[in-house]
Amino acid sequence: MPTVNFIAFDGRRHAVDVPTGTTLMRAATDHGVPGIDGDCGGQCACATCHIYIDAPWNAVSGARTSQENEMLNFSAGLQDSSRLACQITMSDALDGIVVTLPEGQH
Amino acid sequence: MTPALAAAREHAASMPLDQLDPATVQYFADGVELPYFERLRRDDPVHHAVSPWAGPYWSITRYQDIMHVDTHPALFSSEWGYGGITLFDPPPEEQLPMFIAMDAPKHDEQRKAVQPIVAPANLATMEALIRERTIKVLDSLPRGETFDWVDKVSIELTTLMLATLFDFPVEDRRLLTWWSDVSTMNKRINPDALDPAERMAELGKMLGYFTRLWNERVNAAPGNDLVSMLAHNPATRIMSPLEYMGNLVLLIVGGNDTTRNSMTGGLLALHQHPEQWAKLRANPKLVDSLVPEIIRWQTPLAYMRRTAVADSEVGGKLIRRGDKVAMWYLSGNRDDTAIERPDDFIVDRARPRQHLSFGFGIHRCVGNRLAEMQLKILWEEILVRFPVIEVVGEPVRVRSTFVRGFTRLPVRIAA
Repeated sequence: MPTVNFIAFDGRRHAVDVPTGTTLMRAATDHGVPGIDGDCGGQCACATCHIYIDAPWNAVSGARTSQENEMLNFSAGLQDSSRLACQITMSDALDGIVVTLPEGQH
Repeated sequence: MTPALAAAREHAASMPLDQLDPATVQYFADGVELPYFERLRRDDPVHHAVSPWAGPYWSITRYQDIMHVDTHPALFSSEWGYGGITLFDPPPEEQLPMFIAMDAPKHDEQRKAVQPIVAPANLATMEALIRERTIKVLDSLPRGETFDWVDKVSIELTTLMLATLFDFPVEDRRLLTWWSDVSTMNKRINPDALDPAERMAELGKMLGYFTRLWNERVNAAPGNDLVSMLAHNPATRIMSPLEYMGNLVLLIVGGNDTTRNSMTGGLLALHQHPEQWAKLRANPKLVDSLVPEIIRWQTPLAYMRRTAVADSEVGGKLIRRGDKVAMWYLSGNRDDTAIERPDDFIVDRARPRQHLSFGFGIHRCVGNRLAEMQLKILWEEILVRFPVIEVVGEPVRVRSTFVRGFTRLPVRIAA
């Protein structure tokens, strides 16, 4: 199974093995990774699974959708590398991906 | 189930669907509104009705359909010019522009002006103050005598919070409570409300008070309060007086009524489910899941209204351009196709955060994390103080279909 590395706001690393097809939001919430809320359950409707995609993974993980852009527009700490974890699905190409979590989720 | 609720259930199940108007204020005042939504979710989940005070409107009652409407702002507008976010269409002299009742891009700009107040770092700095005040309020409660939880706890704590957010003179804080009540009470469905002209006059006084605060702050260095944020942000510093008034109403009601009624509703829910209170006492860490469960259970704003700006289908029904649509969050939060055992109050639910009370999409509640923090601190401090808080009489409910809450809850704490 491919691995995703979540780096919490305090710097702690949580490595999680997840089946392909799982979203990064679900990977975090199912494995109790702190700092991802996922209030809407993965419908790109709340922006409480905000993450930063570390280079060089941003090219592989794809671009934001327009609805994702609308939701991220209001996030505290918005950066170019910001994504919603529910919009990124785990694949073999993303094995080893490193994502960083913001200070909080709103 | 109380006899009144059982009777309402029977009534809701047997009445002809075309007579079912869920926005009937008496149902809410009597606390028997839920069975009507249960019937609609089952038999007519996207339902058309004609209200005597709000005219024709659609009710969206299932979780997923509500999610659909909430996340399609290009189809379903919030604009105040169409009537905004509540079912009653105010005459022009009562219309108030505010960013919750605007579409992009103006909504986005104005929302961003106030959002820093609830940024993660700011929340962290407010936590100690909220805890100190909560402790003070709880420690000053009477023992061995009946008192009103709404007044002494829910209103007091939320109004103190609001005064801090506005940097509003704390000795005048009950004016904020008054203005909040004045703006949400509607004479057409609540005889206790002010006449429309009086209501606007009271809101004018609010504007006068807040204009003084604006004038003090607009020429001072930017501060960390809502008035200063509005006065200094390029998107909001040019607001008309009416727009300032509207946004004040939004921020006062948004920060006040909602948390107030969750503070009361949570106590009532735990009183009605003593086995859940016992579970919580045995494991105080459950406060983390208790808080979102209270917010789901209470759903302090029962619905949000949208206006269709194009024809589209929802749940198999054609909604036409210009139609009014109520997304009944209260009903979606009891939808068993989205939430397991939704009619049970469960303090250790598996996914308690998945509820509609904050709305979804671009209008999602700005203050959600602050509200959760206030409730979390309240329950943490209750649990270390009081083994039990007895509810000793019937709650008095707000006469509104929009604000779902309480004006009085008599309680007693043992001496």
